[in-house]
Amino acid sequence: MNLTLKIWRQGGKYKGEFVTYKLDNVNEHMSFLEMLDVLNEQLIAQREEPIAFEHDCREGICGTCSLVIDGRPHGPMKGTTTCQLHMRHYNDGDTIVIEPFRAKAFPVIRDLVVDRSAFDRIIQAGGYISVNTGQAQDANAIPIEKDQASRAFDAAACIGCGACVAACPNASAMLFTSAKVSHLALLPQGEVERRRRVLAMIAQMDKEGFGKCSNVTACEAECPKEISVSNIARMNREYLGASFAGETA
Amino acid sequence: MAAKSTASDSKLNASIPEGPVAEKWENYKGHVPLVSPNNKRRIDVIIIGSGLAGASAAASLGELGYNVKVFSFHDSPRRAHSIAAQGGINAAKNYQNDGDSVYRLFYDTIKGGDYRAREANVHRLAEVSTDIIDQCVAQGVPFAREYGGLLDNRSFGGTQVSRTFYARGQTGQQLLIGAYQALSRQIALGTVAMYNRHEMLDVVLVDGKCRGIIARNLVTGNLERHGAHAVVLCTGGYGNVFYLSTNAMMSNTTAAWRAHRRGAWFGNPCYTQIHPTCIPVSGDYQSKLTLMSESLRNDGRCWVPKSSADVKKHPAQIPEADRDYYLERRYPAFGNLVPRDIASRAAKTECDAGKGVGATGLAVYLDFADAIKRLGRNTVEERYGNLFEMYEKITGDNPYEVPMRIYPAVHYTMGGLWVDYELMTTIPGLYAAGEANFSDHGANRLGASALMQGLADGYFVLPYTIGSYLSNEIRTGPISVYTPEFDKAEKDVLDRIHHLIGVQGKQSVESFHRRLGKIMWDKCGMARNAAGLKQAIGEIRDLRHEFWNDVFVPGRRDEYNPELEKAWRVADFLELGQLMCEDALHRNESCGGHFREEYQTGDGEALRDDKDFMYVAAWEWRGDDARPELHKETLEYEEIQVTQRSYK
Repeated sequence: MNLTLKIWRQGGKYKGEFVTYKLDNVNEHMSFLEMLDVLNEQLIAQREEPIAFEHDCREGICGTCSLVIDGRPHGPMKGTTTCQLHMRHYNDGDTIVIEPFRAKAFPVIRDLVVDRSAFDRIIQAGGYISVNTGQAQDANAIPIEKDQASRAFDAAACIGCGACVAACPNASAMLFTSAKVSHLALLPQGEVERRRRVLAMIAQMDKEGFGKCSNVTACEAECPKEISVSNIARMNREYLGASFAGETA
Repeated sequence: MAAKSTASDSKLNASIPEGPVAEKWENYKGHVPLVSPNNKRRIDVIIIGSGLAGASAAASLGELGYNVKVFSFHDSPRRAHSIAAQGGINAAKNYQNDGDSVYRLFYDTIKGGDYRAREANVHRLAEVSTDIIDQCVAQGVPFAREYGGLLDNRSFGGTQVSRTFYARGQTGQQLLIGAYQALSRQIALGTVAMYNRHEMLDVVLVDGKCRGIIARNLVTGNLERHGAHAVVLCTGGYGNVFYLSTNAMMSNTTAAWRAHRRGAWFGNPCYTQIHPTCIPVSGDYQSKLTLMSESLRNDGRCWVPKSSADVKKHPAQIPEADRDYYLERRYPAFGNLVPRDIASRAAKTECDAGKGVGATGLAVYLDFADAIKRLGRNTVEERYGNLFEMYEKITGDNPYEVPMRIYPAVHYTMGGLWVDYELMTTIPGLYAAGEANFSDHGANRLGASALMQGLADGYFVLPYTIGSYLSNEIRTGPISVYTPEFDKAEKDVLDRIHHLIGVQGKQSVESFHRRLGKIMWDKCGMARNAAGLKQAIGEIRDLRHEFWNDVFVPGRRDEYNPELEKAWRVADFLELGQLMCEDALHRNESCGGHFREEYQTGDGEALRDDKDFMYVAAWEWRGDDARPELHKETLEYEEIQVTQRSYK
């Protein structure tokens, strides 16, 4: 298939603009990123600057790849990262618009690459259980109900890609933050630090410049791991409970 | 510390503690010199890489009170490729009461590695395996559980017990996030400084000791000097030398290779793991291969048509009687759960005999029809749902209805920097942990043992062993980076960057990488022979020459430039590839993942030569135009009786 690509370029000789590229003979079995690889090889052959985009595992688990494709983070397929999106979902003659994830808290580094280190700082604020190496008791000393463990896993499946922020009109990081709060709040091991954790993580989230949640739920719709917005509700409850308990971050 | 040399080469001392194998680690821990808390604050440790080994080591050393700096080329430590591990992590917990023990895990690992691993290290690995599970559960890693609330296990290849702990098909992700969170806590506490988007491009030696690194800030392109009393490489494996592999796109050998050029000897570089169950190659544009977890072989059955006339038929049209379940036929004791090297070679044998299926004829079926009939679709979905989904996304086929098509692909490298019992390389003060070292898996790694080794090294081995060296560094004081040695190392790095950009040739970095990968796969892949390896060495030498005369690296050095990063990495792969072929050529035997066609039994199994090759090959760099020098560490088996490996 032959495609027209409108791609955001920023940095180097580009001040920040869409540049249009034609790409012919795209194979339907290619992944979306392999399609961009082919375009970059062509640009390099013409001694042009290749397009910077981030990627690594190409198996949908590392959370490195991003891109807003035709207005949707990670493109049109439900529960799918950009690296797992394949060209068989496109047609000959299509025009595809490709942008970086856009949010104040995710500054653009170059072209389609943004800085998502704000997420790391939210985790550093409290997204962990404080247990030093060697302090643990026997693993089976803490039975955890299977469904409860499974709910914790569902929240822990977050890959930290930032699609939730890119999808949100307010660029809110509530889904990301609440997934970690939920993962740890649902487990008995997380109980001790439960109140302090939620307050500290939300304080950091606000400090990073992410917006507020206004229940649009686009985050859930675009999340490649289908993390549920029920985690946001849980985080709100945790936050209220911790606040009423007089806890401080 | 009383130490016994098992090396046949005087320069190689593995420093294995005295005593029976089962007591060595306890003895060692009881006698290893310690660094007191007030002195730890004055000791700087640099860790390269933030995967399972790096993140767990950094968190643990930070907790102990050392000043730690961690470098990662990713934008966040959570991106490291450990995250992609699917199936599970082994531990000798014996929660299933099925006869498991530390000894059995130790034995299975030595046997699985085809008697080419160091006994003392492997026993230690089996001992600490149980602590890892405790630690991870305490961190909140959501392992699979049974209805009673206790932990669930499954089986992996090469074992007859169920000792694998798992978190759906995302075990690596959950373990890495656990280690990442522990690391994040130390970053917040100020014991660890994190340098994201930084790539180590050289180690710096002062008076023969490793004293720091040169790193490139990948956003600005600036070169930075960082000094430390010890440096730990947790930089993973080098499977991407084959271009197509299941490794992440940025996984590379650069840190290990630069250290090798500075004096760290490389152990068993030819030991490569080809994983039997990967999604087959589908086109020339392909950038990587995707693994389908070994756990699938718990319930999936491998088969090909009995007759090559049937290979193009739809699998549903091939009746049971015309199918050959070749693993069950050849290896009745282990069936579909034979180790990876054996399963891979068996698939290749079938395809070479014209029984391969799919468009290219390079695939076999992995069929779940029986499992779905026996367990019901829901159970199969619960066990493997995310893997089935991933398969469908990539291939467009639904594995609940049509058998998966799979083929072996490069997955892991057992070889790596040679390390002693303390995980120190041949450069004093330079350590290697996780996949980056060579130590625990011999010539073939068993499934679910990579996660175990990465976390064992980082959480439970290195925090003890590094003190042995650092206890002698408490009077050293801070390491200055304003010395002639750092000047020289930085200049070397800068010169090489200028050289890469300066060629301004006609061919892309990618095209060289692809060509190298093809040479490696064809001649140093699943089956190797002397003639092919000799040819490969010549071809790689020529390709390297061509690279340095005709590569085109766009952009500048002082900016964000992924093509420049890739060019440096491919240049290093070109040197490593040649060493791998040298190693494969010199090892005139077959063992584990190293299969030399000249050395096989009548029924096509690997034929070892224990008399001449029961050693670790540790290669010393001798210069760009010189042949590498071979050193040998003889392997002595005191606990385990060495026999012909059999899974029949």
